[in-house]
Amino acid sequence: MSARKDGSPATPRMEERLYQNRYLVDDGRPHVKINRREGGDSEELKSLIRICPAGCYSLNEDGRVEVAPDGCMECGTCRILCQDTGELDWSYPRGGFGILFKFG
Amino acid sequence: MPEHFDAIVVGAGPSGNAAAYTMGKAGLKVLQIDRGEYPGSKNVQGAILYADALERMIPDFRETAPLERHVIEQRFWITDEKSHTGTHHRNDDFNEERPNRYTILRAQFDRWFSRQVRATGVTLITETTVTELVRNDAGKVIGVLTDREGGALYADVVVLGEGVNGLVGQRSGLRPEIRPDHVALAVKETHFLPEESIRERFNLSNENEGVVIEVLGSVSSGMIGTGFLYTNKESISIGVGCLVKDFAEKQIAPYELLDRFKSHPSVRPLLKGSEMKEYVAHLIPEGGYDAIPDLTGDGWVIVGDAGQFVNAVHREGSNLAMTSGRIAGESIARLKAEGRAFTKANLRLYRDALEDSVVIKDLRKYRKIPRLLKRNRQLFTTYPQIVNRMMQSFLRVDGQDKRAKEAEILRGVKAARGSWFGVAGDLFKVARAWR
Repeated sequence: MSARKDGSPATPRMEERLYQNRYLVDDGRPHVKINRREGGDSEELKSLIRICPAGCYSLNEDGRVEVAPDGCMECGTCRILCQDTGELDWSYPRGGFGILFKFG
Repeated sequence: MPEHFDAIVVGAGPSGNAAAYTMGKAGLKVLQIDRGEYPGSKNVQGAILYADALERMIPDFRETAPLERHVIEQRFWITDEKSHTGTHHRNDDFNEERPNRYTILRAQFDRWFSRQVRATGVTLITETTVTELVRNDAGKVIGVLTDREGGALYADVVVLGEGVNGLVGQRSGLRPEIRPDHVALAVKETHFLPEESIRERFNLSNENEGVVIEVLGSVSSGMIGTGFLYTNKESISIGVGCLVKDFAEKQIAPYELLDRFKSHPSVRPLLKGSEMKEYVAHLIPEGGYDAIPDLTGDGWVIVGDAGQFVNAVHREGSNLAMTSGRIAGESIARLKAEGRAFTKANLRLYRDALEDSVVIKDLRKYRKIPRLLKRNRQLFTTYPQIVNRMMQSFLRVDGQDKRAKEAEILRGVKAARGSWFGVAGDLFKVARAWR
């Protein structure tokens, strides 16, 4: 991570930020999935591109929201924001998988 | 016939551990289930440990618990973009034999707490996620299902200490879904520095003394929220939390908000040269008294964050979690000893004891605060700016006479709120909600 002139750290990219975290990814069993809604994604789902603290949400080539929960910190923000739209299928990772906090 | 327990505790955070510990001590046959690799590996907090709640269960915890620093100084900062105005309270009385507040690292602390729980005879299963509750034909909760093979696990009563984002209680209809304006998203980084650097930067005498800074104002970028900075032995926990609803509406990325806080001119020198070793995110219940769900039913009780027990004004949560867990454990042990069934009516014992405790008393005291904050965003925006502008004007010596300076400051306050009625109204509203 490079530093600014004044010695403060530059804004890290998400990969750098999550790099220090420990994860045990449950390959092939994502614990957050999107139920595609006809007629486009809700504003709530779109908001997650900015709001998800782990940056798990992005826009694909078709302009639809996608989720890749490998870096998920299991906070539940997306679940709570999208509870009324029904677009998210959210469960905790299987026991032992997911994020492992060193300091918490 | 599967093994049957007196109680199953879901979760091994402060509330679940307190409940399991209390019941284990009372001789109950308890099973505790946590989804982490070890208790603490899924748990996040700022974190401040308030000794009192733990001391009531484990009086000699200081001898073995992994504690970082005891807090001898609390700073409260009101920020704008380039400045902060604050109050400090530092007191040598906090250097007492049994200090009142400590900074901790939850992943380590919870692991220790869990060892004390298991020493009472409680059985712990880790790496196991509880997926749903099992009910009998009458609707009474009689056990849980997990993501492990082997079928249901049965008990007379289930204690849900599954946290703010617990799914079991919500999906079983025991408690309503949390609304985005009743919960904050907090992000935090743990920055490592040599112990001596922390000592010097925060004016501390030794490796056991610590400082806490709570921050209000520009740090939340107009959202309802606060920032914090806690000194650990060899690291600094720095974070910021705001209502989920506000994040969604303002479209502010939480980590960018944290980066702005870290680069604030008052904060930057404190972190200089530090190495960030973990970045975490977690939800904090902020709905207060009116968001507390039903806490008991036939065969179940709710404890800790799952019950929304967080005092947003005083930033207390883990102590309320431990207290609710302890009281639930005591109530269950008493019913068991008296041979009474774990019906909703009998479990009322827990709810009633909680009403008499600091948990519900404090939440009730601040019942009006969440609504006050939602309707008075100027407390997070206008006032911090006024305060900092006022202080700068007051301190800057620039040839203007003092009377003119004071008049200018007062005009600025009035203009910022439209009129003196606006200012007086704000004072009145805060005082009334605080009472």
